[in-house]
Amino acid sequence: MVGKANKTSKAGSQAGPAELPPLAPDEVVRITGLRKSFGDREVLKGIDLTIREGEVVCVIGPSGSGKSTLLRCVNLLEKPTAGRVDLLGVDATDPDVDLDRLRTHVGMVFQQFNLFPHHSVLGNLMLAQRKVLKRPADQAKAVAMQNLEKVNMADRADSYPAQLSGGQQQRVAIARALSMDPALMLFDEPTSALDPELVGDVLAVMRDLARGGMTMMVVTHEMAFARDVGDRVIFLDDGVIQEQGPAAEVIGAPRTERARTFLRRVLHPTEIPETDLGETEPE
Amino acid sequence: MSENQTAEARQDMAEPQGMSPRRRAQLVRTVQYVVLIAIILVLAIKMDWPRIGNRMFNLQVIGNLMPRLPLALLNTLKYTAGAFVIGITGGLLLALMKLSSVGPYRWIAHIYTEFFRGIPALVVVLSVGFGVPMAFGIKIPSIWAKIAISLGVISAAYVSETIRAGLQAVPKGQVEAARSLGMSHTSAMIHVVIPQALRIVLPPLTNEFIMLTKDTSLVYALGLMVPEFELTKLGQDSLNSAQAGLTGMVVVGVAYLVITIPLGFLARHLEKVQQKRSA
Repeated sequence: MVGKANKTSKAGSQAGPAELPPLAPDEVVRITGLRKSFGDREVLKGIDLTIREGEVVCVIGPSGSGKSTLLRCVNLLEKPTAGRVDLLGVDATDPDVDLDRLRTHVGMVFQQFNLFPHHSVLGNLMLAQRKVLKRPADQAKAVAMQNLEKVNMADRADSYPAQLSGGQQQRVAIARALSMDPALMLFDEPTSALDPELVGDVLAVMRDLARGGMTMMVVTHEMAFARDVGDRVIFLDDGVIQEQGPAAEVIGAPRTERARTFLRRVLHPTEIPETDLGETEPE
Repeated sequence: MSENQTAEARQDMAEPQGMSPRRRAQLVRTVQYVVLIAIILVLAIKMDWPRIGNRMFNLQVIGNLMPRLPLALLNTLKYTAGAFVIGITGGLLLALMKLSSVGPYRWIAHIYTEFFRGIPALVVVLSVGFGVPMAFGIKIPSIWAKIAISLGVISAAYVSETIRAGLQAVPKGQVEAARSLGMSHTSAMIHVVIPQALRIVLPPLTNEFIMLTKDTSLVYALGLMVPEFELTKLGQDSLNSAQAGLTGMVVVGVAYLVITIPLGFLARHLEKVQQKRSA
């Protein structure tokens, strides 16, 4: 397995040609010079980012800024155009790396939940445990129930996704990812598709997870969450990290004008701007 | 500006109008009913009802056919089921080929589909029944195998398009969720995409089964022994008796409907369930 013991030695041996310093023992993700284009539209224009064990990194920024693409590049759901992503001591951008195996260590939670509609809640949590980790049924079930307890959904184990509210589905999706015992959790706008009154339950689950020491990368529009739970906040705009630092600083006292404008809009969403179409962000 | 538009709208509506749309629709409907009733009356009076009854619903002919009907019905279903199994299996395989990353697989699947959709079923039936055995000395053991293969290979072409659409209708997020859990592409297809796609294509596949039921009638072209008779051949056979008239055909027609109408209801029901689920 891509254990933490061989992480330094592996990264060290690869440091030569790419001229990268060895991955520190507590680094879970290191992104170097990451670029991603869709056709001739460049979405990410050179991102460098490191996430350490136990850190909660929140990525904020206007829509179309490349936040989700950045997150999806971390577990290689999107193939980077250039640059390198080191995950748990291996170069995930190496074409010969076993991505399926690597992904078992990286949980992902999607905006649209993406639960499997043809499986019950329990089935959703057990499928990959059984088929990928080859856990026996009783063990997979025990792990699943344990994680359903964590997200407070154990009583709905036999329900089907269509019978659940969005907030419940998202909590099940979190439990599904946790059932693989991941070393890192990625959240792609996990509350953006939810009715406002359902957001709180999901954020509470994520906060508990962060308090439990989980390493997390969270793309979000929930500024209160980023401020209170995030160790570090990344402000992404136009495919570039414009600003990063401790959550309180970036959200409380942004240094760049772009971040200030963005935060003003997000923190006071009901303020309707006078028509000034030239300045509004393109979707 | 808006005041002006409001005034104009008021003025427009104040002008007197002709017949209201509701009254006009009522009038059109009344005329349609009158025409319909007139046609029915003319037919009822002019038709030679005893003759029609004798030629189309002759009880004696029906009585003669009845003992042979269950076997014919069973054979029709047997031929259909055989063709359906081959059609679904081949169709799924072709659909996966069409979505393959290997170019030649895609081309072969597309050429196959175009070929078998473009030639008459009877040509395929005759080819499999007589042509292939003569050309290559391959002995196809039974009539059942011959018709199942003929209709199956054609059906696979149609089914492959249906299943391909079904596979593509499964949201991309499903594959992403599966892959992010460490499942391989193949595993994601088998455990996540294909089960959902098959649910999506269940209604159109039911319709395919109905089409196949009717197409099994083509087996008559291969020449059947009595125990191999299916519905159409049975009806044709009944034409040999002098007093038969249309009765035999009416009987087998009804027998076909006994199979196809419930299936049609089933397909529409499944479609409704589908719509509810995706809503």
